[in-house]
Amino acid sequence: MVVSPNQNNEPMQRHRSSLSRNLDAAFVWLTGGFASLIAFLLIAIAIRVGVDASPAIAKFGLGFLFESRWDPVKDIYSAFPQIYGTIVSSFLALLLAVPVGIGVAIFLSEDFIPEKIQRPVIFLVELLAAIPSVVYGLWGIFVLIPVLRDMGKGVHQSLGWLPFFSTSPSGPGMYVAGIILAIMILPIITAISRDALVAVPIELRQAAYGLGATRWETIFKIILPAAFSGVIGGIMLALGRAMGETMAVTMVIGNANKASISLFDQGSTVSSLLANQFAEASGLQVSSLMYAAIVLFVLTLVVNILAQVVVQRVNRI
Amino acid sequence: MVSSSRPQIQPILSSKDANIYYGNFLAVRDVTIDIPKNSITAFIGPSGCGKSTVLRCFNRLNDLIKTFKMRGSMNYHGQDLYSPEIDPVAVRRQIGMVFQKPNPFPKSIYDNIAFGPRLVKYKGNMDELVERSLRGSALWDEVKDKLKESGLALSGGQQQRLCIARAIAMQPDVILMDEPCSALDPISTLKIEDLFQELKEKYTIVIVTHNMQQASRASDYTAFFNVEQTDRGRTGHIVEYDRTEVIFQNPQQQATQSYVSGRFG
Repeated sequence: MVVSPNQNNEPMQRHRSSLSRNLDAAFVWLTGGFASLIAFLLIAIAIRVGVDASPAIAKFGLGFLFESRWDPVKDIYSAFPQIYGTIVSSFLALLLAVPVGIGVAIFLSEDFIPEKIQRPVIFLVELLAAIPSVVYGLWGIFVLIPVLRDMGKGVHQSLGWLPFFSTSPSGPGMYVAGIILAIMILPIITAISRDALVAVPIELRQAAYGLGATRWETIFKIILPAAFSGVIGGIMLALGRAMGETMAVTMVIGNANKASISLFDQGSTVSSLLANQFAEASGLQVSSLMYAAIVLFVLTLVVNILAQVVVQRVNRI
Repeated sequence: MVSSSRPQIQPILSSKDANIYYGNFLAVRDVTIDIPKNSITAFIGPSGCGKSTVLRCFNRLNDLIKTFKMRGSMNYHGQDLYSPEIDPVAVRRQIGMVFQKPNPFPKSIYDNIAFGPRLVKYKGNMDELVERSLRGSALWDEVKDKLKESGLALSGGQQQRLCIARAIAMQPDVILMDEPCSALDPISTLKIEDLFQELKEKYTIVIVTHNMQQASRASDYTAFFNVEQTDRGRTGHIVEYDRTEVIFQNPQQQATQSYVSGRFG
Protein backbone atom coordinates (compact mmCIF):
# COMPACT_ATOMS: atom_id res chain seq x y z
CA MET A 1 0.00 0.00 0.00
CA VAL A 2 1.24 3.48 -0.84
CA VAL A 3 1.90 5.86 2.00
CA SER A 4 -0.76 8.56 2.30
CA PRO A 5 0.15 12.20 1.76
CA ASN A 6 -0.46 13.14 5.38
CA GLN A 7 2.64 12.56 7.42
CA ASN A 8 1.45 10.01 10.01
CA ASN A 9 1.93 7.01 7.69
CA GLU A 10 -1.62 5.86 8.26
CA PRO A 11 -2.63 3.29 5.63
CA MET A 12 -5.00 4.75 3.08
CA GLN A 13 -7.81 2.25 3.32
CA ARG A 14 -8.73 3.43 6.82
CA HIS A 15 -10.24 6.53 5.32
CA ARG A 16 -12.90 4.73 3.34
CA SER A 17 -15.96 3.30 4.99
CA SER A 18 -16.56 -0.41 4.60
CA LEU A 19 -19.84 0.39 2.86
CA SER A 20 -18.06 2.27 0.10
CA ARG A 21 -15.57 -0.56 -0.37
CA ASN A 22 -18.33 -3.14 -0.46
CA LEU A 23 -20.25 -1.07 -2.99
CA ASP A 24 -17.17 -1.07 -5.19
CA ALA A 25 -16.91 -4.83 -5.01
CA ALA A 26 -20.65 -5.19 -5.57
CA PHE A 27 -20.40 -3.03 -8.67
CA VAL A 28 -17.68 -5.25 -10.13
CA TRP A 29 -19.81 -8.34 -9.45
CA LEU A 30 -22.91 -6.71 -10.92
CA THR A 31 -21.31 -5.66 -14.20
CA GLY A 32 -19.47 -8.99 -14.36
CA GLY A 33 -22.83 -10.71 -13.91
CA PHE A 34 -24.37 -8.77 -16.80
CA ALA A 35 -21.44 -9.62 -19.02
CA SER A 36 -21.63 -13.33 -18.24
CA LEU A 37 -25.38 -13.29 -18.75
CA ILE A 38 -24.83 -12.25 -22.38
CA ALA A 39 -22.26 -14.98 -22.91
CA PHE A 40 -24.56 -17.49 -21.19
CA LEU A 41 -27.52 -16.49 -23.40
CA LEU A 42 -25.48 -16.90 -26.56
CA ILE A 43 -24.20 -20.31 -25.52
CA ALA A 44 -27.63 -21.43 -24.30
CA ILE A 45 -29.26 -20.47 -27.60
CA ALA A 46 -26.52 -22.15 -29.62
CA ILE A 47 -26.80 -25.37 -27.60
CA ARG A 48 -30.58 -25.44 -27.72
CA VAL A 49 -30.69 -24.85 -31.47
CA GLY A 50 -27.97 -27.46 -31.92
CA VAL A 51 -29.82 -30.06 -29.84
CA ASP A 52 -33.12 -29.41 -31.60
CA ALA A 53 -31.40 -29.59 -34.99
CA SER A 54 -29.56 -32.84 -34.25
CA PRO A 55 -32.28 -35.20 -35.62
CA ALA A 56 -32.18 -33.34 -38.94
CA ILE A 57 -28.39 -33.23 -38.93
CA ALA A 58 -28.30 -36.98 -38.24
CA LYS A 59 -30.81 -37.75 -40.96
CA PHE A 60 -29.74 -35.41 -43.80
CA GLY A 61 -26.10 -34.70 -42.98
CA LEU A 62 -24.22 -32.37 -45.30
CA GLY A 63 -26.62 -33.23 -48.14
CA PHE A 64 -28.96 -30.72 -46.48
CA LEU A 65 -26.71 -27.97 -47.80
CA PHE A 66 -26.61 -29.14 -51.42
CA GLU A 67 -30.08 -30.46 -52.29
CA SER A 68 -33.24 -28.60 -53.08
CA ARG A 69 -36.08 -30.56 -51.58
CA TRP A 70 -38.43 -29.19 -48.94
CA ASP A 71 -41.17 -31.76 -48.70
CA PRO A 72 -43.17 -31.81 -45.45
CA VAL A 73 -45.41 -34.60 -46.83
CA LYS A 74 -42.55 -37.06 -47.23
CA ASP A 75 -40.57 -35.41 -44.43
CA ILE A 76 -37.51 -34.84 -46.58
CA TYR A 77 -35.74 -31.52 -46.21
CA SER A 78 -32.76 -29.70 -47.63
CA ALA A 79 -32.04 -26.01 -47.97
CA PHE A 80 -29.72 -25.34 -50.89
CA PRO A 81 -32.03 -22.78 -52.56
CA GLN A 82 -32.36 -20.86 -49.29
CA ILE A 83 -28.62 -20.80 -48.63
CA TYR A 84 -28.04 -19.75 -52.22
CA GLY A 85 -30.75 -17.09 -51.94
CA THR A 86 -29.31 -15.72 -48.71
CA ILE A 87 -25.86 -15.35 -50.23
CA VAL A 88 -27.04 -13.97 -53.58
CA SER A 89 -29.49 -11.44 -52.14
CA SER A 90 -26.96 -10.21 -49.54
CA PHE A 91 -24.11 -9.84 -51.99
CA LEU A 92 -26.38 -8.20 -54.55
CA ALA A 93 -27.30 -5.73 -51.81
CA LEU A 94 -23.62 -5.16 -51.01
CA LEU A 95 -22.79 -4.69 -54.67
CA LEU A 96 -25.35 -1.90 -54.88
CA ALA A 97 -24.93 -0.37 -51.43
CA VAL A 98 -21.14 -0.33 -50.96
CA PRO A 99 -20.23 2.11 -53.76
CA VAL A 100 -23.19 4.35 -52.97
CA GLY A 101 -22.65 4.14 -49.22
CA ILE A 102 -18.95 4.93 -49.39
CA GLY A 103 -19.63 7.69 -51.90
CA VAL A 104 -22.18 9.27 -49.58
CA ALA A 105 -19.77 8.86 -46.66
CA ILE A 106 -17.01 10.64 -48.58
CA PHE A 107 -19.38 13.41 -49.61
CA LEU A 108 -20.57 13.90 -46.04
CA SER A 109 -17.10 13.75 -44.49
CA GLU A 110 -15.51 16.38 -46.73
CA ASP A 111 -16.40 20.05 -46.71
CA PHE A 112 -18.31 19.99 -50.00
CA ILE A 113 -21.43 21.53 -48.49
CA PRO A 114 -21.87 23.99 -45.62
CA GLU A 115 -22.18 22.40 -42.22
CA LYS A 116 -25.70 23.82 -41.85
CA ILE A 117 -26.87 21.56 -44.68
CA GLN A 118 -24.49 18.71 -43.94
CA ARG A 119 -25.80 17.97 -40.44
CA PRO A 120 -29.46 17.51 -41.45
CA VAL A 121 -28.39 15.33 -44.39
CA ILE A 122 -26.34 13.09 -42.09
CA PHE A 123 -29.33 12.87 -39.78
CA LEU A 124 -31.65 11.91 -42.64
CA VAL A 125 -29.32 9.16 -43.82
CA GLU A 126 -29.18 7.73 -40.32
CA LEU A 127 -32.94 7.97 -40.07
CA LEU A 128 -33.14 5.54 -42.99
CA ALA A 129 -31.99 2.90 -40.51
CA ALA A 130 -34.90 3.67 -38.21
CA ILE A 131 -37.62 2.65 -40.67
CA PRO A 132 -39.13 -0.68 -39.55
CA SER A 133 -38.40 -3.47 -41.99
CA VAL A 134 -42.09 -4.35 -42.44
CA VAL A 135 -42.57 -0.83 -43.77
CA TYR A 136 -39.80 -1.42 -46.27
CA GLY A 137 -41.54 -4.64 -47.26
CA LEU A 138 -44.86 -2.93 -47.75
CA TRP A 139 -43.26 -0.15 -49.76
CA GLY A 140 -41.46 -2.82 -51.77
CA ILE A 141 -44.67 -4.61 -52.68
CA PHE A 142 -46.78 -1.60 -53.59
CA VAL A 143 -44.25 0.92 -54.91
CA LEU A 144 -40.95 -0.70 -55.79
CA ILE A 145 -42.19 -3.87 -57.49
CA PRO A 146 -44.47 -2.12 -60.03
CA VAL A 147 -41.65 0.23 -60.99
CA LEU A 148 -38.96 -2.44 -61.09
CA ARG A 149 -41.11 -4.93 -63.01
CA ASP A 150 -41.43 -2.61 -66.00
CA MET A 151 -37.77 -1.68 -65.89
CA GLY A 152 -36.85 -5.34 -65.47
CA LYS A 153 -38.85 -6.31 -68.53
CA GLY A 154 -36.85 -3.82 -70.57
CA VAL A 155 -33.60 -5.18 -69.21
CA HIS A 156 -34.72 -8.74 -69.95
CA GLN A 157 -35.56 -7.84 -73.54
CA SER A 158 -32.26 -6.15 -74.26
CA LEU A 159 -29.88 -8.10 -72.02
CA GLY A 160 -31.77 -11.40 -71.75
CA TRP A 161 -28.82 -13.27 -73.23
CA LEU A 162 -27.00 -12.71 -69.93
CA PRO A 163 -27.86 -15.56 -67.54
CA PHE A 164 -28.60 -13.07 -64.73
CA PHE A 165 -31.46 -11.57 -66.73
CA SER A 166 -32.61 -14.72 -68.52
CA THR A 167 -36.16 -14.85 -67.16
CA SER A 168 -38.87 -12.23 -67.43
CA PRO A 169 -39.65 -10.58 -64.07
CA SER A 170 -43.09 -11.49 -62.75
CA GLY A 171 -43.08 -9.09 -59.81
CA PRO A 172 -41.45 -10.33 -56.66
CA GLY A 173 -38.00 -11.85 -57.02
CA MET A 174 -34.37 -11.93 -56.04
CA TYR A 175 -33.61 -8.55 -57.60
CA VAL A 176 -36.31 -6.79 -55.54
CA ALA A 177 -34.94 -8.38 -52.38
CA GLY A 178 -31.41 -7.26 -53.29
CA ILE A 179 -32.52 -3.68 -53.93
CA ILE A 180 -34.62 -3.45 -50.76
CA LEU A 181 -31.73 -4.86 -48.74
CA ALA A 182 -29.35 -2.39 -50.37
CA ILE A 183 -31.53 0.50 -49.21
CA MET A 184 -31.78 -0.98 -45.73
CA ILE A 185 -28.03 -1.43 -45.26
CA LEU A 186 -27.04 1.85 -46.90
CA PRO A 187 -27.28 3.91 -43.69
CA ILE A 188 -25.12 1.39 -41.80
CA ILE A 189 -22.36 1.54 -44.40
CA THR A 190 -22.59 5.32 -44.69
CA ALA A 191 -22.65 6.07 -40.97
CA ILE A 192 -19.79 3.77 -40.02
CA SER A 193 -17.64 4.67 -43.04
CA ARG A 194 -18.17 8.36 -42.40
CA ASP A 195 -17.10 8.00 -38.77
CA ALA A 196 -13.96 6.18 -39.93
CA LEU A 197 -13.17 8.81 -42.57
CA VAL A 198 -13.68 11.71 -40.18
CA ALA A 199 -11.36 10.01 -37.66
CA VAL A 200 -8.40 10.06 -40.08
CA PRO A 201 -5.95 12.59 -38.58
CA ILE A 202 -5.87 16.00 -40.25
CA GLU A 203 -2.05 15.72 -40.41
CA LEU A 204 -2.27 12.95 -43.03
CA ARG A 205 -4.53 15.07 -45.18
CA GLN A 206 -2.13 18.01 -44.94
CA ALA A 207 0.84 15.78 -45.71
CA ALA A 208 -0.84 14.59 -48.90
CA TYR A 209 -1.84 18.10 -49.97
CA GLY A 210 1.65 19.30 -49.11
CA LEU A 211 3.11 16.80 -51.57
CA GLY A 212 0.91 18.14 -54.31
CA ALA A 213 -1.90 15.60 -54.19
CA THR A 214 -5.26 16.76 -55.46
CA ARG A 215 -8.37 16.35 -53.36
CA TRP A 216 -9.31 13.12 -55.12
CA GLU A 217 -5.82 11.69 -54.83
CA THR A 218 -5.83 12.55 -51.14
CA ILE A 219 -9.19 10.87 -50.61
CA PHE A 220 -8.52 7.72 -52.60
CA LYS A 221 -4.84 7.17 -51.84
CA ILE A 222 -4.56 8.35 -48.24
CA ILE A 223 -7.84 8.88 -46.44
CA LEU A 224 -9.79 5.84 -47.65
CA PRO A 225 -6.86 3.44 -47.07
CA ALA A 226 -6.31 4.93 -43.61
CA ALA A 227 -9.97 4.39 -42.80
CA PHE A 228 -10.04 0.94 -44.41
CA SER A 229 -10.62 -1.15 -41.29
CA GLY A 230 -13.51 1.06 -40.22
CA VAL A 231 -15.08 0.92 -43.67
CA ILE A 232 -14.74 -2.88 -43.81
CA GLY A 233 -16.25 -3.05 -40.33
CA GLY A 234 -19.27 -1.12 -41.56
CA ILE A 235 -19.63 -3.31 -44.64
CA MET A 236 -19.48 -6.48 -42.54
CA LEU A 237 -22.06 -5.20 -40.10
CA ALA A 238 -24.24 -4.38 -43.11
CA LEU A 239 -23.71 -7.85 -44.59
CA GLY A 240 -24.70 -9.42 -41.30
CA ARG A 241 -27.87 -7.35 -41.29
CA ALA A 242 -28.63 -8.26 -44.90
CA MET A 243 -28.19 -11.99 -44.29
CA GLY A 244 -30.43 -12.00 -41.26
CA GLU A 245 -33.08 -9.59 -42.55
CA THR A 246 -36.39 -11.42 -42.64
CA MET A 247 -39.59 -9.44 -42.93
CA ALA A 248 -38.90 -7.18 -45.91
CA VAL A 249 -37.22 -9.99 -47.83
CA THR A 250 -40.02 -12.46 -47.16
CA MET A 251 -42.49 -9.92 -48.50
CA VAL A 252 -40.73 -9.29 -51.82
CA ILE A 253 -38.62 -12.32 -52.76
CA GLY A 254 -41.45 -14.59 -53.91
CA ASN A 255 -40.67 -17.50 -51.58
CA ALA A 256 -40.11 -20.07 -54.31
CA ASN A 257 -38.07 -23.14 -53.41
CA LYS A 258 -35.58 -22.83 -56.22
CA ALA A 259 -32.10 -21.57 -56.89
CA SER A 260 -32.13 -19.73 -60.20
CA ILE A 261 -29.20 -17.95 -61.77
CA SER A 262 -31.59 -15.29 -63.05
CA LEU A 263 -32.00 -12.40 -60.64
CA PHE A 264 -35.50 -11.77 -62.02
CA ASP A 265 -36.60 -15.21 -60.83
CA GLN A 266 -38.26 -15.80 -57.50
CA GLY A 267 -36.36 -17.38 -54.67
CA SER A 268 -36.12 -17.56 -50.92
CA THR A 269 -33.60 -17.07 -48.14
CA VAL A 270 -32.94 -19.01 -44.95
CA SER A 271 -34.66 -16.32 -42.91
CA SER A 272 -37.69 -16.19 -45.21
CA LEU A 273 -37.89 -19.98 -45.02
CA LEU A 274 -37.93 -19.86 -41.22
CA ALA A 275 -40.53 -17.10 -41.18
CA ASN A 276 -42.78 -18.94 -43.62
CA GLN A 277 -42.56 -22.39 -42.11
CA PHE A 278 -42.31 -22.17 -38.34
CA ALA A 279 -46.04 -21.82 -37.70
CA GLU A 280 -47.09 -25.14 -39.27
CA ALA A 281 -43.93 -27.09 -38.58
CA SER A 282 -43.66 -30.08 -36.31
CA GLY A 283 -41.27 -32.94 -35.68
CA LEU A 284 -38.47 -33.33 -38.20
CA GLN A 285 -39.56 -30.17 -39.98
CA VAL A 286 -38.82 -28.09 -36.85
CA SER A 287 -35.52 -29.86 -36.55
CA SER A 288 -34.71 -29.02 -40.17
CA LEU A 289 -35.58 -25.37 -39.59
CA MET A 290 -33.19 -25.40 -36.65
CA TYR A 291 -30.56 -26.92 -38.91
CA ALA A 292 -31.13 -24.09 -41.42
CA ALA A 293 -30.82 -21.61 -38.57
CA ILE A 294 -27.43 -23.06 -37.65
CA VAL A 295 -26.32 -22.75 -41.26
CA LEU A 296 -27.28 -19.07 -41.23
CA PHE A 297 -25.45 -18.59 -37.95
CA VAL A 298 -22.29 -20.24 -39.31
CA LEU A 299 -22.56 -18.22 -42.52
CA THR A 300 -22.51 -14.89 -40.68
CA LEU A 301 -19.75 -16.17 -38.42
CA VAL A 302 -17.59 -17.10 -41.41
CA VAL A 303 -18.20 -13.71 -43.01
CA ASN A 304 -17.13 -11.96 -39.81
CA ILE A 305 -13.99 -14.05 -39.44
CA LEU A 306 -13.07 -13.39 -43.07
CA ALA A 307 -13.52 -9.67 -42.47
CA GLN A 308 -11.21 -9.81 -39.47
CA VAL A 309 -8.58 -11.59 -41.54
CA VAL A 310 -8.83 -9.00 -44.31
CA VAL A 311 -8.55 -6.10 -41.86
CA GLN A 312 -5.58 -7.61 -40.06
CA ARG A 313 -3.74 -8.38 -43.26
CA VAL A 314 -4.17 -4.80 -44.46
CA ASN A 315 -3.30 -3.23 -41.11
CA ARG A 316 -0.03 -5.13 -40.94
CA ILE A 317 1.52 -2.51 -43.22
CA MET B 1 11.70 47.74 -40.52
CA VAL B 2 14.21 46.72 -43.17
CA SER B 3 17.88 47.21 -42.55
CA SER B 4 20.56 48.13 -45.03
CA SER B 5 22.36 44.81 -44.99
CA ARG B 6 19.29 43.11 -46.34
CA PRO B 7 20.06 40.19 -48.70
CA GLN B 8 20.82 41.42 -52.19
CA ILE B 9 20.78 38.01 -53.89
CA GLN B 10 18.05 37.21 -56.39
CA PRO B 11 15.12 36.04 -54.25
CA ILE B 12 13.38 32.73 -54.95
CA LEU B 13 10.34 33.59 -52.84
CA SER B 14 9.24 37.09 -52.16
CA SER B 15 6.23 38.74 -50.75
CA LYS B 16 5.21 42.39 -50.88
CA ASP B 17 2.68 44.09 -48.61
CA ALA B 18 0.84 40.85 -48.03
CA ASN B 19 -2.11 40.99 -45.67
CA ILE B 20 -3.55 37.67 -44.58
CA TYR B 21 -7.11 37.38 -43.38
CA TYR B 22 -9.27 34.67 -41.86
CA GLY B 23 -12.75 35.96 -42.61
CA ASN B 24 -12.64 39.58 -41.51
CA PHE B 25 -9.85 39.00 -39.03
CA LEU B 26 -6.48 40.35 -40.12
CA ALA B 27 -4.04 37.66 -38.98
CA VAL B 28 -0.79 39.04 -40.42
CA ARG B 29 -0.20 42.45 -41.97
CA ASP B 30 2.33 44.02 -44.34
CA VAL B 31 4.49 40.98 -44.99
CA THR B 32 7.36 42.11 -47.18
CA ILE B 33 10.20 39.66 -47.40
CA ASP B 34 12.67 38.31 -49.97
CA ILE B 35 13.94 34.81 -49.42
CA PRO B 36 17.25 34.10 -51.18
CA LYS B 37 17.97 30.90 -53.06
CA ASN B 38 19.99 28.10 -51.44
CA SER B 39 19.82 29.62 -48.01
CA ILE B 40 18.13 28.83 -44.75
CA THR B 41 15.72 31.44 -43.54
CA ALA B 42 14.29 31.19 -40.05
CA PHE B 43 11.01 32.72 -38.88
CA ILE B 44 11.06 33.39 -35.16
CA GLY B 45 8.70 35.14 -32.80
CA PRO B 46 6.16 34.56 -30.05
CA SER B 47 3.17 32.22 -30.46
CA GLY B 48 0.32 33.60 -32.54
CA CYS B 49 2.50 36.05 -34.45
CA GLY B 50 1.69 34.49 -37.82
CA LYS B 51 4.99 32.75 -38.67
CA SER B 52 3.31 29.50 -39.68
CA THR B 53 0.52 31.36 -41.44
CA VAL B 54 3.00 33.17 -43.67
CA LEU B 55 4.94 29.94 -44.25
CA ARG B 56 1.81 28.14 -45.38
CA CYS B 57 0.96 30.96 -47.77
CA PHE B 58 4.09 30.20 -49.76
CA ASN B 59 2.81 26.78 -50.87
CA ARG B 60 -0.86 27.75 -50.78
CA LEU B 61 -1.67 25.28 -48.05
CA ASN B 62 -3.85 27.93 -46.45
CA ASP B 63 -6.21 27.55 -49.40
CA LEU B 64 -7.64 24.57 -47.54
CA ILE B 65 -9.09 26.96 -44.96
CA LYS B 66 -12.33 28.30 -46.37
CA THR B 67 -12.20 31.74 -44.78
CA PHE B 68 -8.57 32.38 -45.81
CA LYS B 69 -7.85 35.46 -47.92
CA MET B 70 -4.57 37.00 -49.06
CA ARG B 71 -4.18 40.57 -50.30
CA GLY B 72 -0.92 41.83 -51.69
CA SER B 73 1.55 39.74 -53.62
CA MET B 74 3.57 36.61 -53.12
CA ASN B 75 6.00 35.63 -55.83
CA TYR B 76 7.94 32.50 -56.64
CA HIS B 77 10.73 33.07 -59.19
CA GLY B 78 8.95 36.34 -59.96
CA GLN B 79 5.70 34.56 -60.74
CA ASP B 80 2.59 35.58 -58.79
CA LEU B 81 1.65 32.56 -56.65
CA TYR B 82 -1.90 33.81 -56.23
CA SER B 83 -2.67 34.65 -59.83
CA PRO B 84 -5.74 32.81 -61.09
CA GLU B 85 -3.72 30.81 -63.66
CA ILE B 86 -1.63 29.21 -60.94
CA ASP B 87 -2.64 25.70 -59.88
CA PRO B 88 -2.07 25.32 -56.12
CA VAL B 89 -1.41 21.60 -56.65
CA ALA B 90 1.49 22.42 -58.98
CA VAL B 91 2.81 24.97 -56.49
CA ARG B 92 2.90 22.36 -53.74
CA ARG B 93 4.88 20.01 -55.97
CA GLN B 94 7.59 22.68 -56.30
CA ILE B 95 7.46 23.93 -52.74
CA GLY B 96 7.48 21.04 -50.31
CA MET B 97 6.47 21.06 -46.69
CA VAL B 98 7.54 19.35 -43.47
CA PHE B 99 5.11 19.66 -40.59
CA GLN B 100 5.43 20.20 -36.87
CA LYS B 101 4.23 16.74 -35.94
CA PRO B 102 5.86 13.92 -37.93
CA ASN B 103 3.06 12.67 -40.17
CA PRO B 104 4.15 9.62 -42.17
CA PHE B 105 1.37 7.88 -44.06
CA PRO B 106 0.22 4.56 -42.61
CA LYS B 107 2.12 2.82 -45.40
CA SER B 108 5.54 1.22 -45.73
CA ILE B 109 8.68 3.37 -45.60
CA TYR B 110 9.15 2.76 -49.31
CA ASP B 111 5.58 3.72 -50.19
CA ASN B 112 5.80 6.85 -48.06
CA ILE B 113 8.68 8.08 -50.21
CA ALA B 114 7.19 6.86 -53.47
CA PHE B 115 3.80 8.45 -52.84
CA GLY B 116 4.66 11.88 -54.24
CA PRO B 117 6.66 10.68 -57.28
CA ARG B 118 3.84 8.27 -58.17
CA LEU B 119 1.42 11.21 -58.18
CA VAL B 120 3.46 12.87 -60.90
CA LYS B 121 3.99 9.54 -62.72
CA TYR B 122 7.75 9.58 -62.07
CA LYS B 123 9.43 7.80 -64.98
CA GLY B 124 12.86 7.09 -63.51
CA ASN B 125 14.01 4.26 -61.32
CA MET B 126 11.85 4.40 -58.21
CA ASP B 127 14.18 2.25 -56.06
CA GLU B 128 16.99 4.63 -56.85
CA LEU B 129 14.89 7.68 -56.02
CA VAL B 130 13.81 6.17 -52.71
CA GLU B 131 17.41 5.42 -51.78
CA ARG B 132 18.59 8.87 -52.85
CA SER B 133 15.84 10.58 -50.86
CA LEU B 134 16.50 8.51 -47.75
CA ARG B 135 20.24 9.18 -48.04
CA GLY B 136 19.40 12.86 -48.48
CA SER B 137 17.62 12.87 -45.13
CA ALA B 138 20.33 10.78 -43.43
CA LEU B 139 17.93 7.94 -42.77
CA TRP B 140 19.09 5.36 -45.31
CA ASP B 141 21.52 3.47 -43.06
CA GLU B 142 18.89 3.08 -40.36
CA VAL B 143 16.08 1.81 -42.58
CA LYS B 144 17.68 0.21 -45.64
CA ASP B 145 16.86 -3.31 -44.40
CA LYS B 146 13.24 -2.58 -43.54
CA LEU B 147 11.86 -0.53 -46.39
CA LYS B 148 8.73 -2.69 -46.44
CA GLU B 149 7.95 -1.99 -42.80
CA SER B 150 5.46 0.63 -41.72
CA GLY B 151 6.67 4.21 -41.49
CA LEU B 152 4.76 4.43 -38.23
CA ALA B 153 7.09 1.87 -36.62
CA LEU B 154 9.99 4.36 -36.66
CA SER B 155 10.92 6.62 -33.75
CA GLY B 156 9.72 10.23 -33.74
CA GLY B 157 13.04 11.59 -35.03
CA GLN B 158 13.23 8.94 -37.74
CA GLN B 159 9.63 9.65 -38.72
CA GLN B 160 10.47 13.32 -39.17
CA ARG B 161 13.48 12.46 -41.32
CA LEU B 162 11.19 10.15 -43.30
CA CYS B 163 8.89 13.12 -43.84
CA ILE B 164 11.87 15.18 -45.02
CA ALA B 165 12.87 12.35 -47.37
CA ARG B 166 9.29 12.26 -48.63
CA ALA B 167 9.49 15.99 -49.38
CA ILE B 168 12.89 15.62 -51.07
CA ALA B 169 11.61 12.81 -53.27
CA MET B 170 9.44 15.32 -55.11
CA GLN B 171 12.68 17.12 -56.06
CA PRO B 172 11.25 20.44 -54.95
CA ASP B 173 12.86 23.82 -55.17
CA VAL B 174 11.97 24.99 -51.71
CA ILE B 175 11.24 23.07 -48.52
CA LEU B 176 9.09 24.80 -45.94
CA MET B 177 9.46 23.47 -42.41
CA ASP B 178 6.95 24.32 -39.71
CA GLU B 179 8.68 23.77 -36.36
CA PRO B 180 10.09 20.47 -37.61
CA CYS B 181 11.95 19.68 -34.39
CA SER B 182 9.46 20.79 -31.77
CA ALA B 183 8.23 17.24 -31.16
CA LEU B 184 11.72 15.71 -31.11
CA ASP B 185 14.37 14.99 -28.51
CA PRO B 186 17.65 17.00 -28.57
CA ILE B 187 19.65 14.28 -30.34
CA SER B 188 17.14 13.90 -33.16
CA THR B 189 16.97 17.69 -33.35
CA LEU B 190 20.73 17.94 -33.85
CA LYS B 191 20.62 15.27 -36.55
CA ILE B 192 18.01 17.25 -38.43
CA GLU B 193 19.91 20.52 -37.99
CA ASP B 194 23.05 18.88 -39.43
CA LEU B 195 20.89 17.82 -42.31
CA PHE B 196 19.86 21.41 -43.04
CA GLN B 197 23.41 22.33 -44.00
CA GLU B 198 23.52 19.55 -46.59
CA LEU B 199 20.03 20.27 -47.84
CA LYS B 200 20.72 23.91 -48.53
CA GLU B 201 23.21 22.91 -51.23
CA LYS B 202 20.27 21.83 -53.33
CA TYR B 203 17.21 23.45 -51.82
CA THR B 204 16.04 26.67 -50.31
CA ILE B 205 14.79 26.14 -46.79
CA VAL B 206 12.38 28.25 -44.79
CA ILE B 207 11.93 27.13 -41.24
CA VAL B 208 9.60 28.27 -38.47
CA THR B 209 11.12 27.68 -35.07
CA HIS B 210 10.57 28.52 -31.43
CA ASN B 211 14.07 27.41 -30.64
CA MET B 212 16.30 30.47 -30.61
CA GLN B 213 19.52 28.45 -30.62
CA GLN B 214 18.28 26.58 -33.62
CA ALA B 215 17.68 29.77 -35.52
CA SER B 216 21.08 31.21 -34.61
CA ARG B 217 22.93 27.92 -35.24
CA ALA B 218 21.28 26.76 -38.38
CA SER B 219 19.98 29.71 -40.37
CA ASP B 220 21.50 32.29 -42.68
CA TYR B 221 18.69 34.81 -42.44
CA THR B 222 16.20 35.43 -39.70
CA ALA B 223 12.87 37.21 -39.70
CA PHE B 224 11.53 38.26 -36.32
CA PHE B 225 7.74 38.38 -36.11
CA ASN B 226 5.78 40.05 -33.37
CA VAL B 227 2.12 40.38 -32.60
CA GLU B 228 0.12 43.34 -31.41
CA GLN B 229 -3.38 43.75 -30.10
CA THR B 230 -5.57 45.88 -32.35
CA ASP B 231 -9.28 46.59 -32.25
CA ARG B 232 -9.79 43.68 -34.66
CA GLY B 233 -7.82 41.08 -32.74
CA ARG B 234 -4.18 40.03 -32.57
CA THR B 235 -2.33 40.85 -35.76
CA GLY B 236 1.17 39.66 -36.50
CA HIS B 237 3.82 41.45 -38.55
CA ILE B 238 7.51 41.25 -39.36
CA VAL B 239 9.53 43.47 -37.05
CA GLU B 240 12.93 42.89 -38.53
CA TYR B 241 14.50 40.73 -41.21
CA ASP B 242 18.21 40.47 -41.75
CA ARG B 243 21.24 38.19 -41.73
CA THR B 244 21.02 35.90 -38.73
CA GLU B 245 24.14 37.26 -37.05
CA VAL B 246 22.75 40.80 -37.30
CA ILE B 247 19.42 39.78 -35.77
CA PHE B 248 21.10 37.99 -32.91
CA GLN B 249 24.06 40.29 -32.27
CA ASN B 250 23.14 43.72 -33.47
CA PRO B 251 19.40 44.04 -34.04
CA GLN B 252 18.11 47.43 -35.08
CA GLN B 253 14.81 47.15 -33.23
CA GLN B 254 14.31 47.20 -29.48
CA ALA B 255 11.65 44.46 -29.68
CA THR B 256 14.04 42.15 -31.52
CA GLN B 257 16.77 42.83 -29.00
CA SER B 258 14.41 41.96 -26.13
CA TYR B 259 13.17 38.80 -27.79
CA VAL B 260 16.49 37.28 -28.84
CA SER B 261 18.05 38.06 -25.47
CA GLY B 262 15.15 36.36 -23.72
CA ARG B 263 13.71 39.53 -22.19
CA PHE B 264 10.48 39.42 -24.06
CA GLY B 265 7.87 42.11 -23.75
